[in-house]
Amino acid sequence: MSKIKVEMTINGDKIEGSVEPRTLLIHFLREDLNLTGPHIGCDTSHCGACTIDLNGKSIKSCTVFAVQANGAEITTIESIAGADGTLHALQESFREHHGLQCGFCTPGMITRAHRLLQDNPNPTDSEIRYGISGNLCRCTGYQNIVKAIRVAAEQLNPAQEAAE
Amino acid sequence: MIPGSFDYHRPDSIEAAIGLLASLGDEARVVAGGHSLIPMMKLRMATPEHLVDLQDITSLRGITINGAEISIGAMTTQAELIASDQLAAVCPILGLAAAQIADPQVRNMGTIGGNIANGDPGNDMPALMQALDAVYILQGPEGRRDVAARDFYEAAYFTALEEGEILTAARFSAPPSGHGHAYEKQKRKIGDYATAAAAVVLTVENNSCQTAAIALTNVGDTPLYAEEASQILRGSNLDKKTITAAANAAKAITDPAEDGRGPANFRTHIAGIMVMRAIEKAIERAK
Ligand SMILES: Cc1cc2nc3c(=O)[nH]c(=O)nc-3n(C[C@H](O)[C@H](O)[C@H](O)COP(=O)(O)OP(=O)(O)OC[C@H]3O[C@@H](n4cnc5c(N)ncnc54)[C@H](O)[C@@H]3O)c2cc1C
Ligand code: FES
Ligand code: FES
Repeated sequence: MSKIKVEMTINGDKIEGSVEPRTLLIHFLREDLNLTGPHIGCDTSHCGACTIDLNGKSIKSCTVFAVQANGAEITTIESIAGADGTLHALQESFREHHGLQCGFCTPGMITRAHRLLQDNPNPTDSEIRYGISGNLCRCTGYQNIVKAIRVAAEQLNPAQEAAE
Repeated sequence: MIPGSFDYHRPDSIEAAIGLLASLGDEARVVAGGHSLIPMMKLRMATPEHLVDLQDITSLRGITINGAEISIGAMTTQAELIASDQLAAVCPILGLAAAQIADPQVRNMGTIGGNIANGDPGNDMPALMQALDAVYILQGPEGRRDVAARDFYEAAYFTALEEGEILTAARFSAPPSGHGHAYEKQKRKIGDYATAAAAVVLTVENNSCQTAAIALTNVGDTPLYAEEASQILRGSNLDKKTITAAANAAKAITDPAEDGRGPANFRTHIAGIMVMRAIEKAIERAK
């Protein structure tokens, strides 16, 4: 059960590490790389707090071994704001529209919404709800999360808005 | 929850994977999307000593449509089934049913091969494969053999897959154009396995049902192909009485477990409702 060397591109940076095969990707990110944005909520593949992008797709990093992600490109919540700390439109919108209360689900929720808006820049409310159906929030009742995502989508699509 | 220790292998061909399985013996398991296996490993209900990851074997990926013949590589993800316009044009039930599995993140990892090889009666794809009369292509040290989806499942987590074999693809003929289809699934919430679900594929001509196949999910310790119920529909005019008779015949073959989804008789009742709804929706969709 020797350790395996892994290489990944995480938030644009090439990183190398050495992991036991059984190390889950969420533990590698949080404990080895100190990327503590992705959270561990349920640890049973249900809540989505651990959501990251793996090769351009949203996945739950508590249900992937780090060795499976060897060679992959990863985006976490840490790279969604600008390098100077300027919040992304989604983050601003969550703040403005009360898309969070305790904030525990928020990193996964925003990382998922960020990918959703890349796949579907103009989602309807029901597409937003279906799109975030793998992310649980125990505080907000979702109403304001959906609103925050909708408003962010509108802001990210000025051309679309002007056409209407 | 930390899984037990194991050694990790990532072969890049089917032959290499089969060779590894043969040399590592019964402590080796293949991992596809990992979204059934890894949760079991975290609970230590599965403790393989070796994992053989199939992700680099490109020949296991993708959907091939050749006339009416459809072949879906084992490593094709549920998200890819949903996204395929080609598949939607000839056999839309697959994408529509895949969209009822779990959630977007899980569907990005979970594969059709893992879903049908797993042998969990809660998996949704096996009943669909039985309704479509699919054949599974199994490759092992002795070569290739084909097993019909309707013969593949023996008991919960027991299938016709022999030690050392890999399921490489599921193949079936697209139902005739204009066919009706539906996969109706009752679940408590998104991300839950079915309380009961039914797959129906049928064709109708001049108000008479020509072909019909019905299969059920999660109401027995295997998926259930409902031949008698299907037979009741064939040649009928699909009136309310016939639909009820088919639903009753389907209910008669169920033997669901009693769990958090409800008592056994409740789940049998729901199976009947799912069969009726699926037949009605399939009739609506048939042209
Ligand atoms: C939160 C959650 C909700 C879910 N809800 C549903 C649901 O509603 N319906 C549903 O159907 N599923 C559901 N699933 C399961 C999910 O669809 C799995 O992805 C799927 O069952 C297994 O596919 P996999 O690729 O992840 O397989 P893995 O987990 O990698 O493998 C599963 C089993 O199959 C074997 N195997 C895999 N591929 C092959 C192959 N090519 N040849 C031979 N053996 C193979 C493995 O050794 C293992 O024993 C859910 C999962 C989660 C985490
Ligand atoms: S911690 Fe990964 S889904 Fe909940
Ligand atoms: S804000 Fe508390 S869980 Fe979502």
